[in-house]
Amino acid sequence: MIISGCRRIVGGEGKGPAVVTTQPINFLSMLDPKLGKITDPKHELYDVPLAGTVLVFPFAVGSSVGAYVIYSMREYGTAPSAIVCSRTDITTASGCAIANIPSVGLPRGMSVAEVKRGSTLSVDADSGRITVKI
Amino acid sequence: MVIIPKSLDQRRTSLELTRAEQDSLGGKDGEALASAYRILAAIGEATGGEKLVPIKWAHVSGVNYNTIGDAGLKFLESFSKDARVVVKTTVNPMGYDRSKPAGISDHFREKQEGIASAYERMGVTPSFTCTPYEVFDIPEKGSAVSFAESNAAVFANSLLGLKTNKESALSALASAVTGKAPLSDLRTDEARNPKIEIKADHPFQSELDYGLLGYFAGKVVRDSCVSLSVPVPSTVQAKALCAGIGTSGSCGMFRIGSGGSERISFGRKEAEDIMAELNTSEDGDLVALGSPQLGLGELELLSELVRGKKFTKRCMIFCSRAIHAQASKRGLAGDIEKSGAEFMCDSCTCLTPYVDHEKYDSVISNSVKGAYYLNNSNKVKVALKDIRTIAKEYAK
Repeated sequence: MIISGCRRIVGGEGKGPAVVTTQPINFLSMLDPKLGKITDPKHELYDVPLAGTVLVFPFAVGSSVGAYVIYSMREYGTAPSAIVCSRTDITTASGCAIANIPSVGLPRGMSVAEVKRGSTLSVDADSGRITVKI
Repeated sequence: MVIIPKSLDQRRTSLELTRAEQDSLGGKDGEALASAYRILAAIGEATGGEKLVPIKWAHVSGVNYNTIGDAGLKFLESFSKDARVVVKTTVNPMGYDRSKPAGISDHFREKQEGIASAYERMGVTPSFTCTPYEVFDIPEKGSAVSFAESNAAVFANSLLGLKTNKESALSALASAVTGKAPLSDLRTDEARNPKIEIKADHPFQSELDYGLLGYFAGKVVRDSCVSLSVPVPSTVQAKALCAGIGTSGSCGMFRIGSGGSERISFGRKEAEDIMAELNTSEDGDLVALGSPQLGLGELELLSELVRGKKFTKRCMIFCSRAIHAQASKRGLAGDIEKSGAEFMCDSCTCLTPYVDHEKYDSVISNSVKGAYYLNNSNKVKVALKDIRTIAKEYAK
């Protein structure tokens, strides 16, 4: 399956297992960039390693410093291969831009819940396409 | 104006850029400016901006070593070699007060000073405040600005008539060194019209009520602007409201009054649910006031409440050095210090090493934002009470 018509946020290609959550992420308070994991036990993605995955979530909330947390994941080698949001926010977009993490926004009206968990995603940000392999 | 042709590299953007902006994005003016334009291009794509517009003021977050860490310090050291701010640029609090080094490790101080130096090298005003709107002259209404620090962005949009998106630490920095930001979202009039109204269905008494409302609004509203049908807040209450909204969500503006086609109720039940999430202790070992940093409004109130009394627990007041100087001149700071409270300038309750789980199990605060970060980042439990209750229970 191919999801086309995605909005390119940061160009490039990235591939990996889909890690999907419908819950927003506050990168500053919830994520430890050294571990590359969400450390908030209340979050759906608690303790799931994010390195090399395609992280799919609706948008980031809260602290403006979250952009540095995304950048730090790149520096610590724990960053996802690509980031996909249903409504990309400024924190995520700017963090991905500096960390060179390919990133797209899903086509208007498509929810993150429609992205199959357990699938493998190949994100081609420049052409706005995500290839989904089950 | 030129429209950048499609290409498969990082220079591609659907923003309409001038020739000079396009050259900077392509690296003609050095790597730092190219990075800054890459950030502006990415956030422009994310927010649907068509072009960049000049801004009058950038307020940058990402100053506290506890928030940006070694990777952030390394980035700023490299970025600050070439990058210089081209508009008025103020910065958020750092992690500690240089005149109060007790309890701060040498390691932390060294790293923190490295971050402060990098910002100063870029030419920022070393304001170390999360309430720049209480310290600096405000540009005329309608001016575009670029504020990271969520409470300040919400305050600027909602109370000052300035136009900013809820910027990130890096996007505000990009605006500081380019003097520009995308014309999108809350910088356009369309996004500043709320579609949803939240109506308070119980009496509001304190700044804490407004903080809880803000946290609720941020959680439930996905739009950039929300209408709040509540009594008009005082400045002290408005600050609590702005901090609450900024903490839980992505909403960057409110309008007081009715408006919007959809209505959501904020009753006692909703307020209690948020208290259940954030109020994690009955009592605490320390009173921590100031997230956002206290202004003259809070300090006047506090000086009245604690006059002739002494705090029974250690009390830290976080405020900017500029506000502390004004409060000292007016005798307010001295009055409050007589109660035993200590001023920690240039820093804030959130993520400061003054208040971590190695030193305190639980803390008393009136700040919803403070409570969120104390619980989740500092791993310290919080007894959340309004400022009058705190003074009554802990100043005798």
